[in-house]
Order: sequence, then structure tokens, then C-alpha cells
Amino acid sequence: MGNEFQKQVRALSKTLLSFLILVLFLFGGLYYWANYTPQPDIVEIPLEETTDDYDKVENGVHVATGFIDDTGMQATIQNCTACHSAKLVTQNRMSREGWKAAIEWMQETQNLWDLGANEELILTYLSKNYAPTDKGRRQNLENIEWYELK
Amino acid sequence: MNRRGFTNKISLAAMATVLGSDIVFAHRMPKDYLPLGLQDPDPFKMFSKDKGMVVLNDKPWNMEAKAHLLNDDITPNKFMFIRNNGRTPEQIDTSKWTLTLDGESVKNAKTYSLAELKSKFQHHTYQLTLECGGNGRSEFNPPAKGNQWTVGAVSCAEWTGVRLRDVLDDAGINSDAVYIGYHGADTHLSGDPKKEPISRGVPISKAMQDETLLAFAMNGEDIPLAHGHPLRLVCGGWPASTSGKWVNRISVRNKVHDGEKMGGTSYRVPCETVAPGSKVEDSDMCIIESMPVKSLITYPKSGALIKQSQTLNINGHAWAGELEVSKMEYSIDFGSTWHSCSLKKPANRLAWQHFNATVSFPKKGYYEVWGRATDAKGKAQPMVLPGWNPKGYLNNACHRIAVKIV
Repeated sequence: MGNEFQKQVRALSKTLLSFLILVLFLFGGLYYWANYTPQPDIVEIPLEETTDDYDKVENGVHVATGFIDDTGMQATIQNCTACHSAKLVTQNRMSREGWKAAIEWMQETQNLWDLGANEELILTYLSKNYAPTDKGRRQNLENIEWYELK
Repeated sequence: MNRRGFTNKISLAAMATVLGSDIVFAHRMPKDYLPLGLQDPDPFKMFSKDKGMVVLNDKPWNMEAKAHLLNDDITPNKFMFIRNNGRTPEQIDTSKWTLTLDGESVKNAKTYSLAELKSKFQHHTYQLTLECGGNGRSEFNPPAKGNQWTVGAVSCAEWTGVRLRDVLDDAGINSDAVYIGYHGADTHLSGDPKKEPISRGVPISKAMQDETLLAFAMNGEDIPLAHGHPLRLVCGGWPASTSGKWVNRISVRNKVHDGEKMGGTSYRVPCETVAPGSKVEDSDMCIIESMPVKSLITYPKSGALIKQSQTLNINGHAWAGELEVSKMEYSIDFGSTWHSCSLKKPANRLAWQHFNATVSFPKKGYYEVWGRATDAKGKAQPMVLPGWNPKGYLNNACHRIAVKIV
């Protein structure tokens, strides 16, 4: 009788084991399939340079956003362009105090999150690269495109 | 992990943040594919704007004209500035559009369908000057925060609609009504459905004017989407932010409307003038009402080279908020002497007025032609920047163009 029982246990374990192996193969296969990146047969032709490279920097300016490339730019992009355009940042000029006030205003009224340790990084980046210059009470006309008027 | 792979993941994370959800099967996304929600459509095509317009901001959309693009007597859509505060509403069904009148001071809260508004009330058409309160902000020193408008955030289109007064009279307003506030269908940039991007308004006296319209047409056609289709409140002569777009509700208030961008530094200036760069308490700020006197030389484009034998014909527009412009002058010697321009009467109250003059120059050299308008109360445009204010509103300094006599 003891023998009989042992036989049954062994048979059961074998079935369970084969199931386990089957399941392992199945999931392993699925996992492999899901993560499989096909190797293209055709040679990749790079697109026009400006359109596809998000990280491209030209003449010190991040092409995709227009931000000046400097320490803190990545944190600024990640925290400041989720709601509004980078253009709203880059067209403005403020002191560190002014940028801080703008961040606080956005936190109080516009659902901006706590920037944590990034705040220091972002403030330093903005006040260094987007600082005001003294424009006086009226500036000269600039960038005049001269043309002949008949 | 190499740098390229790492930054790839950052970009994906950034995309996911913007879309408000994770990008499932991101690794299966074709390498150069941008999710539909992130594709950058051509704003000039999308809004039928002239290629000469300048995009200041693409989220939210803000676009301005240049002086020489505004030469038409009536501004066509292609040269009309866009100032949006939130996300443009999508999928507007005009057959289901309604306008609700509510608030503490309305006698009978009422809802009208668009068709009802059009059939029940008499139609009126006016040319109305709409200028962004922040037009000219870019010149302030110290700089003011916000979209850096130069001169092109102004337009004068022909608006057709029903008088707000007629609709208010139909619903009935109580004697304690002091203000109306609009609510629109645009949504907040943060995606928060509980937040309104902007909800401003005007005092009852402005709401009851003949020219204050609930407009459904601009220049004889349906209002373009970017300008408030299918219904826009139009309050000519006041900051264009009082002309609420995509309007679906008007609240009749028994106090000054307290909607989004009615308080703080928004569309408000120090009640008493302050030195440039001063910190001003909220309690010392007053709401902007009528816009000040201003003008633009729209022809020729700045930068004209002309021969000494030639005379120069200049023209443009002048406006003064609630008032009429009574005098228009030009100077070619930086304000030492002024000469009059011929100035037309407005097509109707609150429409800009057209001016022209023939200018001759004494000898070769670099000149600037400056324009200066004076309103019916004798106030003229300043040649330098007017009073500094924290958000850089109301810059009505004289416009000028460069000319060289060769």
C-alpha cells in the first residue's frame, strides 16, 4: 500500500513538473516575443537630422525646445514644459527672485508640483541664462531689414 | 546603460508625462514616430494665418502680427493675433451649443441654444478694436513676465451677433447687479477639469453698451476656432481678455466677478503709479478698463530705402479704447516738430480710425517716422514707455518706422 502511495506521488510530481516546464516555456516565449526587437533587413537611412534627434544641440541651443544648453536644462525641460511651451520660458527675462516668484505663482494657482532638489538647479539655470538686461526707457530700432521702396 | 539609451528613456518619460499616461509598448513604437497627441501641427495651416505672423507660444497658442501686416481697414483672420490661455476646445457641435445665464443677480436663470439666440434677438454688426492688455509688453524695463508681445496684438474685425443687453434684459437682472463674468469651453493647461484657464468680465455699464455683442460671426463668416467659435463675447476698446471665447455661460454678479485672471497681477495695474521694478501688493492693484490711446503706422514696412526726390505716403490706424481719436500727427525729427495726418472718423464707436499723410524729407540720411495719436480728452501717446507695472500692460508709446533717404 505504501508503494502504491509513493507511485501515485511520483506520478503526480511528474505531471506537475511537466506542467511547470510548459508554463515556463510559454511565459519565457511570451516574454521573449514581447521584448524582441526585430533586426531590420533593410539598411536604415537616417532622416533629415533636425527632425528626429530630440537631444540635438546646435550652437549651444537645444534644437527641439530652444533652451540654452547648460547645467539644469534637462530638469527645466522635464518640469517646465509638461503644461506650457518652452517658448513661454525662453521669451522671458527675470532675476532669480523673479523666476522664483513665477514658480511659486504656478505652484499656488496652476497645479505645478513641488520641484524638490530640482528647484535650486532650475533657478540657477534660468537666472544665469535668462537674466534681464537694462533696456532703458526706449530702445533703438533693431534688426531693420532694408528694402528699396519704389 | 549608454547615454543615448538613457536619454531615450527620458524622452519617453517626458512624452508620457505630457500625455498623462504611460506609453504601453513604447519599445515597439517606430523610432521616428511621435504619438498623435504630441505631433506638432503647422499653426499657420491650422489657424489659416499668414506666414509672416509670429508664434510667441505654442502651448497655449499665442501669435501676433507685425505692424505692416495690419494695413487692412478691417483685419482679416490671417493677420489677427491669437491670445489663448488654455487648451482650445475640441469637437464643437454647434447644434448642441448652449449659453446659460446665471449668477446671484439674474432674475431667471436661463439657457439658450445657439439657434435660439440667433432667431430670438436682433442681429448687429460692428467693427470693434480688440487689443491685448499686454500688447507692447516686450519693451518694459525691468522686463515683465508673460508673452513678449511687440506691437501686433491688436485687430479690428467686423463682428456680428446679438447684443448682450438684449439677452440680459430677456433673462432679467436685479438692481444689485454690478458685473458680468464669462465662462468658456477652453480647458486648463494642467488638464485639471476643475480649473478654468480664464474667466473675466466687465461691469454692467459696459455689458449694457450697444456694441457689446455675443458674436457668432467675424468678417461675415463663422468665427474661426482660435477666435472663439461658435460664440464669443466681444467688448470693444477694453483689454481683449474681456472678450471671452467659446462662451457657454454668463454669470450676472452682485460683486466684481472673481473668476480666473480677475485678481492678483492679471490684467491689473497699480492704482497709484509706482517706480519701475516696484513690488506692488495685490490690494493696491486696480482692474484695467478702457485701453489707452494708441496708433500704428502700417505702411510702409519699417526699413524703406527711398530716393531723395521721392515723397513718402504713410498710413495706419489709431484707436483710443472707449474714446474717439481726435488728432493724428507724425514727426521725422524725434518729436522736435509734429505735422498733422489726415484722420478719418470711425466706422462706428470702438472701431479704429484710419490716417494717412505725405512725408517729404529735407536731405539724405537715416530717419524715423514717429506717429502720435491724441484722444478726445486731449491725452496723447507718450514717446517713451508709459508707467511701469508688474505685468507690463498698457504700453501705448508712439510707434515708429525706420526710413533711409539715399
